[in-house]
Amino acid sequence: MARGQTPSQTIGPYFAYGLTAHQYGYPFSQIAGGDLVAGRPGVQGERVQIVGQVLDGAGAPVDDAMIEIWQADASGRYAHAADTRNANASFKGFGRMGTGTDPDQRFIFRTIKPGSVDGRQAPHVNLCVFARGLLTHAYTRLYFSDEGEANAADPVLNLIPEARRPTLIARRQDSEGDPVYRFDIRLQGNDETVFLEI
Amino acid sequence: MNPYNPRDWQSHPPYVSPSYKSTGLRGPTKPLIPIPASLSEITGPVYGHESVGALDADLTRNNAKNGAPLGERIIVTGRVVDEFDRPQPNTLIEIWQANAAGRYIHHGDNHDAPLDPNFLGGGRCITDNDGRYRFLTVRPGAYPWGNHANAWRPNHIHFSLFGPSFATRLITQMYFPGDPLLELDPIFLGTPEAARDRLIGSFSIDVTEEGFALGYVFDIVLRGRSETPMEI
Repeated sequence: MARGQTPSQTIGPYFAYGLTAHQYGYPFSQIAGGDLVAGRPGVQGERVQIVGQVLDGAGAPVDDAMIEIWQADASGRYAHAADTRNANASFKGFGRMGTGTDPDQRFIFRTIKPGSVDGRQAPHVNLCVFARGLLTHAYTRLYFSDEGEANAADPVLNLIPEARRPTLIARRQDSEGDPVYRFDIRLQGNDETVFLEI
Repeated sequence: MNPYNPRDWQSHPPYVSPSYKSTGLRGPTKPLIPIPASLSEITGPVYGHESVGALDADLTRNNAKNGAPLGERIIVTGRVVDEFDRPQPNTLIEIWQANAAGRYIHHGDNHDAPLDPNFLGGGRCITDNDGRYRFLTVRPGAYPWGNHANAWRPNHIHFSLFGPSFATRLITQMYFPGDPLLELDPIFLGTPEAARDRLIGSFSIDVTEEGFALGYVFDIVLRGRSETPMEI
């Protein structure tokens, strides 16, 4: 290898005005927020919400984390050149939200439920966790609790010890509005979320 | 389709680094589970020139109210490449930093140093066809933090990059050469020793503009794409 990778460093506590300025009320734009469907009537698929907290090793919610999500459209296609299947043009598939503006330190994404990417993998959302105290970001995946059959056959879930798989399953909670999938991320502890080396 | 080289843990800091106290309750402790690359990992968010405003890369002007920000004007430039030294064009870079007095505009920063009405400290730009980027800003000040007695962060600028895929995502910090605080900083020292120098920009008289601003060069190396075929 000609050159070594640039080391990761923590996002620190003060990222908000640089990366999530609009969400936090700073006078700067941001490239993406928590709502992946607002103002995009052409987005096809079932509207859902993804809601959760980031919890530290003492079970306390982390109020200075940033979550990013990256997902396929309702037909399982990504809006990226490496996916040649002409994804739903209205849907970008990327969201970003800090945990510092909700009174319960939650991240809240409004999006659509993705389709299966390749017919083998169950519908899933790719997540990346950043926080003060995380020197390197942590990758994980979110699966959906109402996709039991697809989850059972998913090649990634099947790489994970069965006892730890539930940490990657978001629980569907029906509500008045769009269905909510609850997905808490536990950075440490007996039920530490499974983090992936991608 | 080929997967990206894995994250090199001889380069990246471990999750738990005892001298940086916040890692104690936040760094994951169970081993990461490696997964084969699929479309989910080799694709990633695409943000091009349409997502960057005309002044976004000029932090001396992008939030100016009634004048120029105080401090030492600097140019920060460099190339984004992969491990094979191939340029990474059209990659979004977002930066944020303290002002010249060492104060962040963030609501949670209570350091008793002045805010600058003409400086926000956030910027972004897109790399060109050679992977090159360029920011104009002011040199950030050092500031105290609560990690240990008399703890000060070295001068630094936070960098966030996407690269070509979700797997190449990187957030890092650029430090300045010769800063005496580096050898005391648990975040910098949490990085494997052999890789620390990659976090330090270098002064360049060639980038320096006469009568205007000092120049620093900071290259960023993202994960490269290996030759091994993908398995999933």
